[in-house]
Amino acid sequence: MSASLIAVRELSKVYPTAGGERVQALSRITLDVAPGEFVSLVGPSGCGKTTVMRILAGLLGGYTGSVVVGGRALHGPSRDIGVVFQDANLMPWRNVLANVMLPVEVLGLDRKAMRPRAEALLRLVGLAGFERKLPGELSGGMRQRVAIARALVHDPAILLLDEPFGALDAMTRDSMNVELARIAAEAGKTVFLITHSIAESVFLSDRVLVMSSRPGRIVDAIPIELPRPRGLDIIAAPAFAATVLRIRGLLEEGGAPATVTLAH
Amino acid sequence: MLQATASRLPRPRAMPWPALRAALRRRPELLLTPLLALALLLLWEAAVRGGLVGRFVLPAPSAVLVALGAGLADLSLPWHALVTMGEAAAGFAIAVAAGLVVGTLVAEFRILERAVYPWLVAIQTMPKIALAPLLVVWFGFGPSSKIAVAAVISFFPVLVTTLAGLRGCDRGQLDVLRALGAGRWRCFASVRLPNALPQIFSGLSIAVVFAMTGAIVGEFVGASAGLGYLIVQANARMDIPQVFAILLVLGAIGVLAYALVQAARRRLLFWSPQAEPSRT
Repeated sequence: MSASLIAVRELSKVYPTAGGERVQALSRITLDVAPGEFVSLVGPSGCGKTTVMRILAGLLGGYTGSVVVGGRALHGPSRDIGVVFQDANLMPWRNVLANVMLPVEVLGLDRKAMRPRAEALLRLVGLAGFERKLPGELSGGMRQRVAIARALVHDPAILLLDEPFGALDAMTRDSMNVELARIAAEAGKTVFLITHSIAESVFLSDRVLVMSSRPGRIVDAIPIELPRPRGLDIIAAPAFAATVLRIRGLLEEGGAPATVTLAH
Repeated sequence: MLQATASRLPRPRAMPWPALRAALRRRPELLLTPLLALALLLLWEAAVRGGLVGRFVLPAPSAVLVALGAGLADLSLPWHALVTMGEAAAGFAIAVAAGLVVGTLVAEFRILERAVYPWLVAIQTMPKIALAPLLVVWFGFGPSSKIAVAAVISFFPVLVTTLAGLRGCDRGQLDVLRALGAGRWRCFASVRLPNALPQIFSGLSIAVVFAMTGAIVGEFVGASAGLGYLIVQANARMDIPQVFAILLVLGAIGVLAYALVQAARRRLLFWSPQAEPSRT
């Protein structure tokens, strides 16, 4: 493996609860993501996936261990990471283009120079012609596409996604996964996806990190050797089913079962 | 002659009727509301003329109209209305500025919230209109005391709604900004304040009415101009038709002020579902 774009070593995080107890959310997580790789972190609800994501996004501190992104130790939010959250979290008062341009404004980049890039990204996510629409006029899937374009506008090396299609219906979710694979490949980004869907992680990833809960730890890393580009028909392939079952087995050993559905 | 015209042009006169009838069938209130008002006014006029109600208790609508016409003609009503509106507008402006600033500070700084908020709640439960005589003593009989009363009573709706709006902020949207390394000011300007605007505008709608009330009450207590002063004068002369005429003017000003706030709301909150219930 070449030099890692994300290198996490012995990451542990303890939350104090309201009752004064201490809950170990993460226990000695070590993981690497190589440049250009698509890695998923799969695990049941409450296993600490979102804690990993919030630490990588620079939204959560107070952990032990080291997190290195793009060769630099992480102190707060990094420009190398574009984040897509579970909800699109668009600003309803900004039109689609202005939402995509938000990181440009916050980071103090040249608006005029970045505008063509924002428009190109909207074409990439399939929203050409929607620049002047308000988020309230879009469907859930379209809003999440805007969120992806927004995460990519300042050209971060890494796209960090936290259950990005969790709020969408099963059919939209499947087509969005196909789109995400295409967008990641075309944009040439390293992707770190957090999900509770085993099938989704197998469908999209080069490598799946399996996480178990209480305390959250990584129990195995499964390389996915399915050919690319992958279409939805790959779900029927024996290798796909075998990999899904293997990960499911790992999760059950680790405690709670996770969902397998990639809806038909 | 009339018959001849009617026979020559029998059809064209009937043309607008089907459209009008269809419109009235869809929205019968367009006809019924004015008809009801007219009927009530006629009943009122008849009751007063018939001696059912004393002229000094309830003047006839015609007498009110005469008083209104006279007041408009000698420019006394417009002049005093301008005085009151100026006071109310100045008080409203002060209240909005102070309410936004204090609300923002209290919402942004925990320490201030702990220290100041109990006092604000205590003051808010007090009927602030009771301060009017005191404020007239402090600020004199001129417009400044009326501005003070208007500002004091319209300050709290702005403050409370600003606080509530800023507190009920969308965490997900804040996460988007924080993940970009945005600072406190940027988070406030780009997420918190726009998120709070729908609530703040509810506060403004209340405050604009309160400001008029404050100015009038201030004039009741002691003034030499303004519609509140005029009402007290007319009341003392038992000139009840003039009192009614002034109330009509006050009603018109209230509607106008409220409409202005709503227009500003529609412009600024084009994205908010509350502003446009038709949009999902």
